[in-house]
Amino acid sequence: MRAATASVAAEVEDLRRRYGAREALAGVSFRVARGEIFGLLGPNGSGKTTLFKILATLLPATGGRVRLLGLDPAREARAIRRRLGVVFQHPGLDPKLTVLENLRHHGHLFGMRGRALAGRALALLGGLGLDDRAHERVETLSGGLARRVELAKALLPRPELLVLDEPSTGLDPGARRGFVAHLDRLRREDGVTVLLTTHLLEEAERCDRVGILDQGRLVALDTPGALKERVGGDVVVVHARDPEALRAGMRNKLGREPALVDGLLRLEHPRAPELVREVMEAFEDEVIAVSFGKPTIEDVFIRLTGRRLREGGPA
Amino acid sequence: MMGLVLPVTTLWWREVVRFGRQRSRVVGAVAQPLVFWLLLGGGLSASFRPPGAPPGTGYLEYFYPGIIALVLLFTAIFATIATVEDRRTGFLQGVLVAPVGPWGIVLGQALGGTTLAVLQGGLFLLLAPALGLAVSPASVAAVLGVMVLVAFGLTGLGLAIAWRMDSTQGFHAIMNLILFPMWLLSGAFFPASGLPAWLEWAMRVNPMTYGVAALRHTLYLEVPVAAGAVPPLGPSLAVMGAFAVLAYLAAVRAAGRKAS
Repeated sequence: MRAATASVAAEVEDLRRRYGAREALAGVSFRVARGEIFGLLGPNGSGKTTLFKILATLLPATGGRVRLLGLDPAREARAIRRRLGVVFQHPGLDPKLTVLENLRHHGHLFGMRGRALAGRALALLGGLGLDDRAHERVETLSGGLARRVELAKALLPRPELLVLDEPSTGLDPGARRGFVAHLDRLRREDGVTVLLTTHLLEEAERCDRVGILDQGRLVALDTPGALKERVGGDVVVVHARDPEALRAGMRNKLGREPALVDGLLRLEHPRAPELVREVMEAFEDEVIAVSFGKPTIEDVFIRLTGRRLREGGPA
Repeated sequence: MMGLVLPVTTLWWREVVRFGRQRSRVVGAVAQPLVFWLLLGGGLSASFRPPGAPPGTGYLEYFYPGIIALVLLFTAIFATIATVEDRRTGFLQGVLVAPVGPWGIVLGQALGGTTLAVLQGGLFLLLAPALGLAVSPASVAAVLGVMVLVAFGLTGLGLAIAWRMDSTQGFHAIMNLILFPMWLLSGAFFPASGLPAWLEWAMRVNPMTYGVAALRHTLYLEVPVAAGAVPPLGPSLAVMGAFAVLAYLAAVRAAGRKAS
């Protein structure tokens, strides 16, 4: 039992959270192993942010069990906070203070001081490519740089568990890749456990395991590869003049059951080119465009929920 | 307890440094009361005779401790707005997930606000000789002490409000309905004598009345009669002390809710 607890960084069991009559989390269970990068993927309103707040010790659960680093946040919040790093979606830096002043302030809150604090702060800034920015005020930094300072701040007290809410919001793709690579290095070199929420596919793809949240429930939990294997082969998306009519036509003529999601018809097939040929030969006049490819985690989400991850976003 | 000193000091330090880096706040907190004092004090001086005070005490002089109280109130209001902003931008979320707890967080914030208030109230105190007030070093020390007590109470009250609010939108209503009337009905602006009974009662239950009274007593430490018809010093200090403690506790409670 003891060994099992020691290897688990975070654990929730039948976790529930109500806001009045609305149930934001309707019984979620999962375990995050030490040293794991664990992603929680879900659209807005899936309960992701509520779950993040509970994992960050800022919101009590209304049912179920939570253990962070083996401790109960309802009774031992302060002991957890000493060992927990949190990165919020909104910038938590003081724009009027310099980068180093922000870090120093945060370190003092954790009881760090003097040379040990300054040394740690400068080393972290160096590792994140921010050495030359230490004495600039945060208000002069770009969004991407501020995000990195935010990470440095959370890492300052050497947390064992790092919880991040949509960490790459507002970053350009290059900065995003750099950020994820840094998380990976933290895990490898310092054994930090990383728990992040995201609605970005590429971020989810880089996690060891991904939990998919929908309407307050965990609808899937696995490695990105295993999740994608649930989709039968390639994914074909057909943009039709009249999706409903084409759907009926495919059913009758080809014996296929395409899903209609956001006005697009979606089919899974082991070999997409064959299916595309089949569809084009039978319905050339009905089709505006066809695309196909290997399944993404979004396809998994669609398969599980019948909806897109981000409504109105690019397919 | 020792573990609290470093977090409280750093929170206090941030409030002070931030203030210094925002010019408009510095100007607003000093210039606004100064303008009030000169315009209102000058305008009303022809028609006003403070009761109970020796002849020759003009309205500018009567109004002077009241304006010091207003400086303290304004600073508390700025501290409140800053806290609402800190919560809105997410800065305080980062503080809440640190192992500090609401007692330490609120203490750091309240001491920060108090420091700023006393610094600005102290600047106003430099004007005393211009009014012909001969304040002794003992009197200056006593006034500064009272300022600390009043400012801590007002900042605590402001923080108790700020930790409950999610935007500065509703703050104007609170300022106009609670904070500003507290000052108006404190004897800062007009004395209690000769007022309708309900107003007199409102002044009697208003903690600020005792803050302003304590300021008058300590300003006129050498000539007690000049303080006029206000509550005596001892009870005034006791009321302000109790107010400061209660305001701090209310703010800790409000902050504690946000940290679950």
